[in-house]
Amino acid sequence: MPDTHFYRYDDYDRALVAERVEQFRDQVQRRLAGELTEEQFKPLRLTNGLYLQLHAYMLRIAIPYGTLSTRQLRHLAAIARKYDRGYGHFTTRQNLQLNWIKLEQAPDAIAMLAEVDMHAIQTSGNVIRNVTADHFAGAAADEIEDPRVWCEIIRQWSTLHPEFSFLPRKFKIAITGSPNDRAAVRVHDIGLRLWANEAGEVGFEVIVGGGLGRTPMIGKTLREFLPKDELLAYLEATLRVYNRYGRRDNIYKARIKILVHEIGVEKMRAEVEAEYAATKDGALKLAPETIEAIARQFAPPPLRPKRTKVPEVEALKLENRAFALWLKSNVAPHRVPGHAIVTASLKPAGAPPGDASAAQMEGVADIADAFSQGEVRVSHEQNLVFPHVAVESLPEVYRALERLGFAEANIGKITDIIACPGLDYCALANARSIPVAQRISNHFAELSRQHDIGDLKIKISGCINACGHHHVGHIGILGVDKNGVELYQLSLGGDVDFGRTALGTILGPAVEADKVVEAVDALVATYLEARQAGERFVDTYRRIGAAPFKERVYGAV
Amino acid sequence: MALFRLNPLAPQEPALSIANTDDVLQLGDRLKGVRLIALRFPKFTDGRAYSQARLLRERLGYGGELRATGAVFLDQLPFLLRCGFDSFESDQKGFGPALAKARTLFSVVYQPTGDGRATAGQLRLGRRNSVAA
Repeated sequence: MPDTHFYRYDDYDRALVAERVEQFRDQVQRRLAGELTEEQFKPLRLTNGLYLQLHAYMLRIAIPYGTLSTRQLRHLAAIARKYDRGYGHFTTRQNLQLNWIKLEQAPDAIAMLAEVDMHAIQTSGNVIRNVTADHFAGAAADEIEDPRVWCEIIRQWSTLHPEFSFLPRKFKIAITGSPNDRAAVRVHDIGLRLWANEAGEVGFEVIVGGGLGRTPMIGKTLREFLPKDELLAYLEATLRVYNRYGRRDNIYKARIKILVHEIGVEKMRAEVEAEYAATKDGALKLAPETIEAIARQFAPPPLRPKRTKVPEVEALKLENRAFALWLKSNVAPHRVPGHAIVTASLKPAGAPPGDASAAQMEGVADIADAFSQGEVRVSHEQNLVFPHVAVESLPEVYRALERLGFAEANIGKITDIIACPGLDYCALANARSIPVAQRISNHFAELSRQHDIGDLKIKISGCINACGHHHVGHIGILGVDKNGVELYQLSLGGDVDFGRTALGTILGPAVEADKVVEAVDALVATYLEARQAGERFVDTYRRIGAAPFKERVYGAV
Repeated sequence: MALFRLNPLAPQEPALSIANTDDVLQLGDRLKGVRLIALRFPKFTDGRAYSQARLLRERLGYGGELRATGAVFLDQLPFLLRCGFDSFESDQKGFGPALAKARTLFSVVYQPTGDGRATAGQLRLGRRNSVAA
């Protein structure tokens, strides 16, 4: 089996995770024995990833920076078989959710995770959550630095942080190391963007107070340029300000975005900078050796440049149209010539977005072992990524993915839909998300048509908590409940691309479930008629405004 | 409500009780000579007093007794100890035995705090330096 090219636990990390399992086992026993009330137990189970859904407990497993070894992925498949119903759901936060866990078995499931240096710590609850990153990290052609080094540094610092384990509300951090932001850093509690200043030094732009949910906001720049070794001191200062002053009287106003909104970013900056000034150059300043030791573990695999034009690939492109389309949409440039980044679509026509069976997970692991240096990534768009594939292997990878049902050439297209679990699983939801995604997916299944329509991001949430990120969909769909009927509100013009981040605008009255496909169809038709050369759906929308879309939709449904 | 003190002989006068909405950095002279400060957890999910505790210990150099009061449960103990609390009011069954074990529940810590425990990062640095030397 190939070596991993990302952080490997040492005995300290392993000891902590093992001790955490034993602590949780004791807590579950006390709950089952009635020594803990549900009110007392809830925050304890949440910070171990155990969530109570509509029908059962759900275990949310952390996949730090979305990076998995094949050994870990196979083990996840085994856990899904042993403790769940043989499948799992990859989420927008690069986690894996198992939907049918029994409380009595949860400690054993978590202990099994620890066997492959994984955990479910802080995947839920009012704590610093699993830190997410660009899923192309360490492979992307446009990357300045691998953001995962910093995710790992933050993972350790935030794990069981004694001061920040009872925050006003959850706290999500995302990091990108590329100018093309694939981590949506402007819609996180803190977004970090690595960039090089005029002197050539690489540091962080620190963005604060972004987020979706019921009060969507675009994050504001707190610090233009932060030296890398001061990252933890600056984060600790920011979290301390939030822990002290964030609202606790109303959970809907408790995120840091509300604090920033209420006091203003200037006041927020003054508070954070004052706190930071009192602690910087202290124990949180990162020693160069510490950064290097972690960075070394993320050293890229030793890939040799290879030929970029491969006759077999060119030939297959001509004879197999689906493969040609797949090359366009699912294959991205790698930093090493002759290699590529391949995205396996977890959105085949009509399937629930992001689901994978245990057998499919094992199949993906086999492909990664054979063709991608034993490494798999989870994207926040709920797909799986092979970060290091030789161009000459693309036909074989494509065929193997076809056998798994993950070869759909639809990445970034209209059927590459993000959807939350919705009312099929979630206790908070007002409406179902998955069946709506499935209907749209079936309606637009034809690949040539999808490619003609081009880049179009549909994002669906089953309630205003916005787990499906509908605010930043080119087309956003929000499920609402009106007197017991599930209705869907459409919004247009959202975007998470860096420099273009925008929140969508509601188009008009919500439509019934069986009219959603017609409405989307009307939106697409409006675009196809009005588009100019090179325009994506969202570009056309920005140019011509909502009126033509609105007219078409409400005339049609 | 039972009281658990790590330093049973420490003086408890003069004492100061602080609401978790108070800014401890503004206490100034009121801290002078104080030997016991009680911080409050109105709900155990309200974590403001953790920040107050660290500021008192690490920023203001407060060396007297620091007591956690209100909704104080044994599962908070590893966090409370790391933030500098050394005295606890709790009526939870099993709190005393849990306190005796709380410091060793986790043999590894990642964050430097005023409790002086060496973090995993510091221990790794020490290991590397001793190998290098």
